[in-house]
Amino acid sequence: MITSDLFQIIFYLLVLIGLAIPLGNYMAMVYGRSDTDHGQSSVSKFFIAFEKQLYKICGVKDNEEMSWVVYARAMLVFNAIGMLFTYAVQRLQPFFPGNPQNLPAVSADSAFNSAVSFTSNTNWQGYGGETTMSYLTQMLVFTAQNFLSAATGMAVLIALTRAFSRQQVDTIGNFFVDLTRSVIYILLPLSIVLALALVSQGTVQTMGQYCQYTPLDATLTSVTAEPITVYNIARGPAASQVAIKQLGTNGGGFFNVNSSHPLENPTPLTNFLEMLAILLIPAALCQTFGKMVGSARNGMALLAAMVIIFVGCLAVCYIPEHAGNPAFKAFGIELNADNKNCGGNMEGKEVRFGIVNSALWAVATTSASNGSVNSMHDSFTPLAGLVPMLLMQLGEVIFGGVGSGLYGMIVFAVITVFIAGLMVGRTPEYLGKKIEAFEMKMSSLVILFPPMMVLLGTALAVCCKEGAAGVCNPGAHGFSEILYAFSSAGNNNGSAFAGLSANTPFYNYCLGIAMFVGRYALAVPVLALAGSLVAKKKVPTGSGTMTTDNWLFVVLLIGVVLIFGGLTFVPALALGPIVEQLQMIFAGK
Amino acid sequence: MSIVRPALTLFALMTVSTGIVYPLFVTICAQTFFKEQAEGSLIYRTVDNKNVIVGSRLLGQTFVDNKYFWSRPSATSPAYNAAASSGSNLGPTNQDYLNTVQKRCVDWRKQPTNAIATEDKIPVDLVTASGSGLDPHISAAAARLQIKRVATTRGLTIEAITTLVTEHTQGRQFGFLGEPRVNVLELNLALDKI
Repeated sequence: MITSDLFQIIFYLLVLIGLAIPLGNYMAMVYGRSDTDHGQSSVSKFFIAFEKQLYKICGVKDNEEMSWVVYARAMLVFNAIGMLFTYAVQRLQPFFPGNPQNLPAVSADSAFNSAVSFTSNTNWQGYGGETTMSYLTQMLVFTAQNFLSAATGMAVLIALTRAFSRQQVDTIGNFFVDLTRSVIYILLPLSIVLALALVSQGTVQTMGQYCQYTPLDATLTSVTAEPITVYNIARGPAASQVAIKQLGTNGGGFFNVNSSHPLENPTPLTNFLEMLAILLIPAALCQTFGKMVGSARNGMALLAAMVIIFVGCLAVCYIPEHAGNPAFKAFGIELNADNKNCGGNMEGKEVRFGIVNSALWAVATTSASNGSVNSMHDSFTPLAGLVPMLLMQLGEVIFGGVGSGLYGMIVFAVITVFIAGLMVGRTPEYLGKKIEAFEMKMSSLVILFPPMMVLLGTALAVCCKEGAAGVCNPGAHGFSEILYAFSSAGNNNGSAFAGLSANTPFYNYCLGIAMFVGRYALAVPVLALAGSLVAKKKVPTGSGTMTTDNWLFVVLLIGVVLIFGGLTFVPALALGPIVEQLQMIFAGK
Repeated sequence: MSIVRPALTLFALMTVSTGIVYPLFVTICAQTFFKEQAEGSLIYRTVDNKNVIVGSRLLGQTFVDNKYFWSRPSATSPAYNAAASSGSNLGPTNQDYLNTVQKRCVDWRKQPTNAIATEDKIPVDLVTASGSGLDPHISAAAARLQIKRVATTRGLTIEAITTLVTEHTQGRQFGFLGEPRVNVLELNLALDKI
């Protein structure tokens, strides 16, 4: 059945890239549009009038641009408001309407964690959706924050893009304009289309209560005498949230088990669409970047590096999952896949998705900062579970979060030209901008903060009993659960080795802090980098300039990402998944 | 230039439009065009002249009676609790987990009604818990393994049940997406109609 699996993977990548390029061109038009542009259709005139009206009400002066300091301040103030609001609504949940199940107020530590989580585009969920959050909370704060945190990431990326496309000025755009355009021209229309496509396949979208059913097997109700209340179906307005959680690389599910829940992700088609939505905007932004800096090839070079690492990681994840758990052979279990058998490691996986779609999703969701899941990563074979962990630890630059992934990758590109420059003894340039001491300082901050959060957080958690208490599986796997949690939080992913009982004050606060630092301690240096670059003159390319749109650069960039991003974590990974994989292989010998 | 006022008003407007208008708009469209799906693809059945919900086409449920096909193990509490989805999250080298899987295999083989030959292998999905705990499907092999039991209990021919299973085996969507599978609830409902 390898051929059918391979076909699904190739089809996915082709559709992804095929759609990313036109979408990227469209987004370049959205962000690049100025008031002096002419020749718009009546539809776009309507939207532009609406946008202008919005600015008027809000007091946004859309033709006034911001320096990087003002831009960063606007971004932080806007996100702080979001965080406070998200916290408040969860705490006051019982006093609001839209709570048909009468769910109580969320605890302080959990509400803090979720507030940071949803504003920082992480969407780590310490709680179970259907048992904790009311419909109003899910919509008003979580669905809304899914849009706004994604739009924040896109705005920061566009500001950095302008640093390369302009010269000798000190403004990088207007945060409020970039944010608004991201929402009304990109995220909202795509979400509406996706949400309705999902509903047509069976994703629920209702304001109705949880409904009771009478199970078909009558012996259940008569013999075991389970109380009838057990047979409840949790429902809600899920499709609208699922659409944006995928498109905005948020990942916070409506239900506890996220997109493995049949009412969130009912068919192989919804699975394909949701998977496509994870990487669509991050991939398209490469084209947007290339287009805006005036060289589509440079954008494609970044995209090529991403796709190559993606395919490599997918292979390492798929192969051990397809092979299954070697211990099962002794029990007489069929591990080979054919037209009748799923085969492989099916613990934590759904039959309708099988091995290939579970592995593909796991790699997509962690290369982007999405964090939604359609299978339980905690039950993956160790080597396959290492892949999502490593992808997060690389800083989520392989596609990455909407905006945040590409600005991370651009930082890696800056570091690559710097290293290449050192080798030949020339001042490095990227896209005509000289890379000097200040740029390198900011880039270093961007690549240093997440590993610091991941490794220090993991060290703290394994040293204290509150941390160790959360572990579900014994031995090396328990260590992996903690390492995964901090990798996920420190890089704003949000997926989990969900066996870890992380809804405790210790984890809620520690992971909350890691998510906060992982987002804002990166976005601000990126804006500072933009502020410094935008003031520089573009130097014309000379014979000694390193070309950044050829395969040599792609290979160098991959090397830098793997070495800088990955090497830091080899000792930690050796203690977790690597040792467990060896234990698993040699267990029977 | 002032930041706070635009930030506050823009936040309020954006929250209302993305947090209320957007989900309500999607709900209205969904309820208009895809009412059955939007409500959770519920299946109704007449019992004692009353129309009751027998479940959702998309959600698995527990079957213990020998006359029905059984679903996969479920990690929710109790099994197939559609109000609190959960996977087992057990790691592949966890000894407790391996013991559980081994016990499930023994249970399948132990029952004389299952009539599994010693050389027959057990499909992996039948002894592992799904991600959601609500998986409505089993593999075609997992359904075939249960044909003999169901046929014997119901006093029907193996051929009749085999035909029914074949009819209820869904291929890949559009011929290539996802995996082939059998919807357990729909199969059992069809069985009851024979």
